[in-house]
Amino acid sequence: MTVEVQGFTAGASGWGELVAAAVVGAGRRGVDERALLDAAAAATVRRRAGAVPAAARTLPEPAAHDPRPRLPAAARRRLAALLADRSGSGGGSRRGPAPDLAELIPEWLRYAVECGYQAPPELLPALLDAARARIDLRPHVLALAGPRGLWLAERAPQWAPLLRDGAAGPSLPDPRDADAVRALWEEGPRAGGPGTSQVRGALFAAVRRADPAGAVELLASTWSGEKAEDRLAFVELLRTRLSLADEPFLEAALTDRSRGVRAAAADLLAGLTGSALAGRMAARVRSLAVLDRSEDPPVIAVEAPYECDAAMQRDGVVAKPPAGMGERSWWFGQLAAAAPLAVWTEVFDGRTPEEIVALPVADGWRPDLLAAWSRAAARQHDSAWARALLGTAPTSPPAEPPSFTAGPPGAVPSPVPAPGGSAGGGEHVPGRDPARLLTALPGAERAAWVAEFISAHGLSEAFRLLGACAVPWPEELGRAVVDALEIARDGGSYPWSFSGVMGLAERCLDPSYAVRLEPLAAMHEEAEESSPGAAGYWSEAFQRLVATLRIRAAMRDELAAPPALRP
Amino acid sequence: MEGQSERWSADQVLGLAPDASSRTAGSKLAAAGPWAESGAAGGAVWGLCRGSGTRPYQTVVDLQGPAYKCSCPSRKFPCKHALGLLLRWAGGEVPETPPAAEAPGGEGDGGAVPEWAAEWLASRREKAERKAAAGPAAERTPDPAAAAEARRRAEQRLQRIAAGATELEQRLTDLLRDGLATAPRGAVWEETAARMVDAQAPGLAARVRELGSLPASGPGWPARLLAECSLIHLLDQGFLRLDELPGPLAATVRARVGLTVDAAGLLRGGTLRDSWLVLAQEDADDGKLVTRRIWLHGARSQRTALLLAYGAAGRVPEQSLPTGLVLDAELAYYPGAYPLRAALGTVHAGPRSPAGGEGGGAESAVPPGAGIAEAVAAYGAALAADPWLEGIPVVLTDVVPVPEEGDEGWQLAERGGDRALPLHPAATRGPGGWQLLAVSGGGPVTVFGEFGHAGFRPLTTWSAGTAVPLTGAAAAMAGTGTQIAAPKGAGGWR
Repeated sequence: MTVEVQGFTAGASGWGELVAAAVVGAGRRGVDERALLDAAAAATVRRRAGAVPAAARTLPEPAAHDPRPRLPAAARRRLAALLADRSGSGGGSRRGPAPDLAELIPEWLRYAVECGYQAPPELLPALLDAARARIDLRPHVLALAGPRGLWLAERAPQWAPLLRDGAAGPSLPDPRDADAVRALWEEGPRAGGPGTSQVRGALFAAVRRADPAGAVELLASTWSGEKAEDRLAFVELLRTRLSLADEPFLEAALTDRSRGVRAAAADLLAGLTGSALAGRMAARVRSLAVLDRSEDPPVIAVEAPYECDAAMQRDGVVAKPPAGMGERSWWFGQLAAAAPLAVWTEVFDGRTPEEIVALPVADGWRPDLLAAWSRAAARQHDSAWARALLGTAPTSPPAEPPSFTAGPPGAVPSPVPAPGGSAGGGEHVPGRDPARLLTALPGAERAAWVAEFISAHGLSEAFRLLGACAVPWPEELGRAVVDALEIARDGGSYPWSFSGVMGLAERCLDPSYAVRLEPLAAMHEEAEESSPGAAGYWSEAFQRLVATLRIRAAMRDELAAPPALRP
Repeated sequence: MEGQSERWSADQVLGLAPDASSRTAGSKLAAAGPWAESGAAGGAVWGLCRGSGTRPYQTVVDLQGPAYKCSCPSRKFPCKHALGLLLRWAGGEVPETPPAAEAPGGEGDGGAVPEWAAEWLASRREKAERKAAAGPAAERTPDPAAAAEARRRAEQRLQRIAAGATELEQRLTDLLRDGLATAPRGAVWEETAARMVDAQAPGLAARVRELGSLPASGPGWPARLLAECSLIHLLDQGFLRLDELPGPLAATVRARVGLTVDAAGLLRGGTLRDSWLVLAQEDADDGKLVTRRIWLHGARSQRTALLLAYGAAGRVPEQSLPTGLVLDAELAYYPGAYPLRAALGTVHAGPRSPAGGEGGGAESAVPPGAGIAEAVAAYGAALAADPWLEGIPVVLTDVVPVPEEGDEGWQLAERGGDRALPLHPAATRGPGGWQLLAVSGGGPVTVFGEFGHAGFRPLTTWSAGTAVPLTGAAAAMAGTGTQIAAPKGAGGWR
């Protein structure tokens, strides 16, 4: 197809001529339009057919070998489906009977990392995108992604934030390599830039775990030059492996320029058994709360402080009360919460925490005391006090199913006091936060307490308590939640009043519960007093619960399968 | 495909899904779905799936075809219920019912085919049989009057197209005489395109429509506009001189203009039976029509074929062949100077997962490929046969993806050499490029894609012998039609 018309040659330079002629118009150039089109067609095809390869740029350095086994095929498909759901469902839609797969990603990742698999390379982009969107996924995504994931992220600007995150472990030096640690530590403030704080935070946390005293030394060396927000972050990191060796540093921090840093230091010292601050607090409260033995039984009498002196403020007591609160009870509350709990046993004649909590209190100070003790128990991780404040769980479940609404515990036909009952007879104590108190109990006891609480009070207050329990829920807790859900349904309300608990149940119930839940997923007849259509929605909610548990069980089976291919 | 059907794999079922959301929804229903009365027998699978309503959906799948029926309101084929049901069947969770076990009540799990399913299956098979019986018979005894009428209509259409081509030539010469600087935009070309539709030349209409967007396509647009105008001119001239062209080229011109060839007639004219590996499947939706392209590679013939399937707006084409599977089937190529498009005839077996390993035997999971120089030469040779080709299907082996860097676009470079191909810009807009890079890990990979003047558009790669569809490429491609913008850094590769 050689075309040469009226002086146009269809070569490389000819193409430019053709375009120029075409732009101004063949008429002005005095050439025939048809001839111009003929020549252009020949030139176009010739240019396309005659193209030669480009020069290759430098090839990327290959990624390091990942010795971990590949995922079984079914697990790989599952991961792809979970990730597709994440990008697919844009939220906002009503929760139907279908499970929310994206909510299962964290569990899948955790388990896959535990099993020691490598991520399928073709899913790395979707995994890194997920980690970019959800910070909580980052550690597990990066662990699963391994060397190839890091290699990929280093080449893509959109995933750079993942590398700056503290979770990108491999880029940190060995915390015992003092020179390397110091070099990176001191480079931080000079280099600045985004992510510096995170890198230094991750470095500091690593050093603290490996060498607590070395970490304090490191921090002290640059302390005066650190920004307030960084100082606060570093002090918070001292919570790891906290000991009396940290006391001098924290005592000094009580006079820091930043109020946040001062409060954090005081908080740490108050939780540190044997610290001077704890001793000072003990001395203060010893004179403020006494046992009036003239009464029978004896009564606790509180004499709140009349002023908040400089020494108190230095120890972290905030002088100005929040709106609506009296100064004296505010100060007293802070002191009592910061004092070591052992001081009360001493003040109240060697009584046990249970006995102390049961003592009557004069002049309406009881709520303040309970709230302060609760904060102290959580802060000092004192399980005996936590147990006393939470109340002992009943030894057997109530004879009749209690009402699912959290009414006054007195209404519960129970032969033994329900949790919370022995402590306060159901009185409402704003500061006594059971979810926080639970953190002071060992895991099994925590679950048992929450199970009893739910059996007695139903689910309306259960969400935060359940959040404090380890996953998967032990048998008795699972049963309590499922029973309570069934009772709630029979009560005739709509399931979305319990959507928070339902969501937790989907993720935290042992997957083997699916079989037992199956009957609940079937349509039930609507009770007379039910809200209209409630039965259908409940059936849908239970269907989703069963479906989610099934998928979780399948997920685990797939990952537990022996790896088909080992490189 | 008669009698007991081979159970499909989950991947195979998922490959039938019309889109990602159906795939996900289907998986959910399979893992957990509230299924009842499900069973399988005689090449069919059925079950009741409880949805949000009170009445469960009735889902039936005829594995021959496959064909789907479901009482749900979804317009997708297959719907998520059909997918969920098939996944359960693939996982061995649907009881296989011997056809003889005709339970008296005909109900209950694992019982005989329930009435609602049997009815549809029977009518479907009856129709298929009627069609099979009627087809050849109709061919043998053509009605002379009808044949004459058909010839007359065909003649009339050719005349209409010729008139359209002549009119289009006038528009092009007008444009070139006055200069591209005066080139009209959108609306005027739309009107010309409508004239081509009236002239029954949809191929010309599509090309003309694309011209409208070029004057606004950024720097260098006059060159692109001139190139496209000249190719339309070439096609016009080809059609107006159809009689002078050699047979295959004439067939190419007819197809490019928009004249179709009857697939059934094509298949009667002789087929090529081979073990076909599905290289890629890709959908493009232009808002009016969903076009599905399926590329196949024959293990014995070493030929590549392209199947096309269409779905009206928003509906997915029914034909689906999951990437990476193999089918023993007969194809017939449409005539042309560079035959690529084919019609699918009898499927003897499959689709199923390939049995062989990499590079070995008649059936391989990874197709044999070419180097960069060969690919470039092949495109050049293909253009000599069909100058309108935007790209040709190519399997590249031993290439390393090089990510973009500053102004430099993505490349596929040969291992141990200095040649490279730029990636098509449409391919690098989505996650496809990154997926390809992730699979490579900086090492050499095998990639299937379309290679043309705008660069290489990767569609599938292989990771440890398993096909990986590069989903991003397909997503980015949807809606771009046939027109291709200049590649990033295109100047660097000529």
